Amino acid sequence: MTLETFWFIVIGVLWTGYLVLEGFDFGVGMLLAVIGRGEDAAETNTRRRLMLTTIGPFWDGNEVWLLTAGGATFAAFPAWYATMFSGFYLALLLVLVSLILRNMGLEYRYKRDSEAWRRGWDLIIMVCSFLPPLLVGVALTNLVHGVPINAAGNFTGNLFTLLNPMSLLGGLTLVAVSLTHGAFYLALKTDGPVREKAASFGDVSGPVAAVLAVVLLVWVNIHTGDAASWIASAIGAIALVVAILANRVRRDGIAFLGTFLAIAGTVATYFLAVFPNVMPSTTDAAYSLTVHNAASSHLTLQIMTGAALVFTPIMLIYTAWTYWVFRKRLTMHVIAPQTDPLAPIDVPAHPAGADEATV
Amino acid sequence: MSKGDPAVDALDLARWQFAITTVYHFLFVPITIGLSVVVAGFHTQYLRKRNPEMLRLSKFFGKLFTINFALGLVTGIVQEFQFGMNWSAYSKFVGDIFGAPLAFEALLAFFMESTFLGLWIFGWGRLPEKIHVACIWMVHIGTVLSAYFILAANSFMQHPVGYKYNAATGRAEMTNFVAVLTNKVQLVTFPHVLLASYMCGGAMVMGVGVWLLHKKKATIDRDMYRKAARVGAVVTIVAGLGVAISGDTQGKVMTEVQPMKMAAAEALYTTRDSCAEFSLFTVGSLNGQKEKFAVTVPCLLSFLATGSFNGEVKGVDQLKKELPAQIDAAAQQRGEPLKYVQPADAVFTPNIPLAYWSFRLMIGIGMFAALIGVAVLWLTRKGRFATPRWLVWACIAAPLLPVFGNSFGWIFTETGRQPWLVYGVLTTSSGVSPTVSAATVLTSMVVFTVLYAVLAVVEVKLFLDYTKRGAEPFHEVEQRSDDDTLAFSY
Ligand code: HDD
Ligand code: HEM
Ligand code: HEM
Repeated sequence: MTLETFWFIVIGVLWTGYLVLEGFDFGVGMLLAVIGRGEDAAETNTRRRLMLTTIGPFWDGNEVWLLTAGGATFAAFPAWYATMFSGFYLALLLVLVSLILRNMGLEYRYKRDSEAWRRGWDLIIMVCSFLPPLLVGVALTNLVHGVPINAAGNFTGNLFTLLNPMSLLGGLTLVAVSLTHGAFYLALKTDGPVREKAASFGDVSGPVAAVLAVVLLVWVNIHTGDAASWIASAIGAIALVVAILANRVRRDGIAFLGTFLAIAGTVATYFLAVFPNVMPSTTDAAYSLTVHNAASSHLTLQIMTGAALVFTPIMLIYTAWTYWVFRKRLTMHVIAPQTDPLAPIDVPAHPAGADEATV
Repeated sequence: MSKGDPAVDALDLARWQFAITTVYHFLFVPITIGLSVVVAGFHTQYLRKRNPEMLRLSKFFGKLFTINFALGLVTGIVQEFQFGMNWSAYSKFVGDIFGAPLAFEALLAFFMESTFLGLWIFGWGRLPEKIHVACIWMVHIGTVLSAYFILAANSFMQHPVGYKYNAATGRAEMTNFVAVLTNKVQLVTFPHVLLASYMCGGAMVMGVGVWLLHKKKATIDRDMYRKAARVGAVVTIVAGLGVAISGDTQGKVMTEVQPMKMAAAEALYTTRDSCAEFSLFTVGSLNGQKEKFAVTVPCLLSFLATGSFNGEVKGVDQLKKELPAQIDAAAQQRGEPLKYVQPADAVFTPNIPLAYWSFRLMIGIGMFAALIGVAVLWLTRKGRFATPRWLVWACIAAPLLPVFGNSFGWIFTETGRQPWLVYGVLTTSSGVSPTVSAATVLTSMVVFTVLYAVLAVVEVKLFLDYTKRGAEPFHEVEQRSDDDTLAFSY
């Protein structure tokens, strides 16, 4: 295997990591609208806090997978990075704006005890958990579908070029799978009413996601697939079916692992189907960006390989440790009543003393 | 630049966009770097001395830290993708060298920062105390690593080393990664930026401390805020001294690698053989034509630029004549095409008034914070609590001074490098994305600017509310079992 191929795989793994991890926190964000609804405002708030606590310590680290995928693409395939992000400009802009607002919501929703404040941020979290998977799904599917690229390696289409049927299906599928993945995650990490609602939501969203995913995978494979990508698709599809069945019998762990593998199988399908291209050109196949013509020099790839081999295991160890530290299921009654973080503080007066300064 | 040429418009907009988003990112970055180390210090101190005040301070400033970190994080995400969006030609040209530090930063630093911050915020009572404190230190180490790698990338743009031009691929390719990481510009820039960031953390703690000391003078908490103010003042002063020393070294390196930047910084048009004076400020135009009124310190510029009071400092006029040929000759020697050199002399100088004033503002308002620090130490010496009105006002401004000092430092460094994107190798105009239209760049610029303005309002409001409230009363950190109520740390 050449270093170029190796880095192509690494980038596939990074996207898998991103979609698998942030996938569930996007799902949880969207599900605030469905599962995070109680009888009254107070219960709604408690539910939402419970749901958001399940992703509290993790979402920031999850997002770094995206940054690493971006950085690794820049370093290993500069031409791919340049063409993809200048080409998908407006879609990326929308993703960035959503991620910004969503992160602000996750950080700031607790910072003030006001119903309006919380409602506002909650709405932002829900909408901005929906847009990124939609747009990322569209963008990644376009990589397989092909986009107009000229002889100089530049993207010559516009936003609407990206909205072809296959890519739109890709976007919708990612939303449906993230929702299901998020529901299974909640079922795994909570107990009580949220767990029940999450699992029964998964009973409905799972089959929808499965239908969309199967149509998408077949389409992608017919478009550019080979034997390997068909196998990856089959693994992904089987995993999804197993996940749905496991959720029916409320085996949360297996269900979650199932959607995990389904996402991995889908990303693998994409990467196997498009290889050795990284961005096929619909203008002329000769203009396609490939792992060879888009790659960095051999030396850069070697350095990057060394660094990745040393530091990825370290990173994986402390990431896994975090998941271990916060492994327990959460229930409604462990969520403390909402207190006003800005309530005035009562501090005793200083006993008048002789040490009073005079300047 | 002719009017109505769409390529030029997209270029200008891309530059504005980059300047706005990067300067904005760098308002929060130095506070994150500086505050994380002070919070870690307070927390460690609590573990060692079991002094309740230290725990309260670490939680209080920890809260301000998370409010700030959130914005540093979200604005950073934009940075990561901007090179591809607006500077795709640049990304293709230098990606082989420039991408690696960026990828390292994500893999080494960002995972560390975000993971351990999550552990610190949610870990109260869940992690053994020592490990919990180690987490906030890991956050700080993460920020320092991140600074190192990104500054290495930036230093390559200031002074490209460790690469060769490959005529077959038409791009710059790495030959020596260690040289890139130990670029001599990097070795002086990193300490300067790190210390300038510590100034921001110090000044934040000092400013907030003095203000709360003033507000809560009548309460028993005044002792705690006095301590915070003094710790902040010490950090600001010590870091300030370090910034001045490292800045002095930087001046010499800069004169060597980018003489035009030094000449621009001083608006020095005619070469001085020896004893060039340092101009403190100037009234009137800086275009080298008219007489102007200036206050100067004799020979100081020679010393800053060369290390000797008698050193020669070249002026803009001479550099304008000799630099193009020199840069061309150097490019030829490296086997690079010569098309990069701008033929027009006028384009070959950076914006001189901007360089002149941003350089002065960086030093002036940044060092002013250190001066306030001295006043704070003096007025709170030996158990005193004096907070005269002027000091309270000064301390409200204190956190902002080094932050803006940092902004001006960057504006100086980056605009002083113009017209080059990679000094002597790639001009800014050839780095812009060729197929992204001006309308598209304008859209994103407006969107980010409006969004950033709104976020700034939210952040400042929250910051002030939490500051006014002051530190929570002391609660022993109890080791919880998982069945206990899960309190929110944020
Ligand atoms: C000297 C330091 C420094 C400089 C010059 C920059 N940054 Fe930065 N950046 C940091 C120091 C930092 C930090 C201290 O590590 C931050 C600030 C707050 C934070 O969350 O981490 C950060 C955050 C941050 C993040 C979010 C990380 C996360 O999710 O945890 C990204 C993606 C970037 N930055 C990327 C960039 C890029 C591409 C830059 C170049 C234009 C850049 N930064 C300039
Ligand atoms: C390692 C980090 C950085 C890199 C790689 C970098 C790179 C760049 C690039 C590509 C441009 C666009 C070309 C141009 O308009 O000149 C630029 C311009 C600029 N950057 Fe940086 N930059 C970095 C850090 C910063 C920081 C932290 C700041 C300030 C807070 C900053 C301030 C500016 C400004 C003000 C410009 C506009 C200059 C002009 O258009 O004349 N840069 N930089
Ligand atoms: C005596 C005081 C100082 C001196 C002599 C000094 C000197 C310098 C010089 C020569 C540069 C340009 C380096 C280059 O472009 O190659 C620079 C950049 C910079 N300065 Fe300062 N400086 C001083 C104080 C400060 C203060 C107080 C701050 C902020 C609190 C600050 C923050 C920065 C930053 C952020 C940069 C841009 C990054 C870099 O290139 O290092 N400086 N300084």
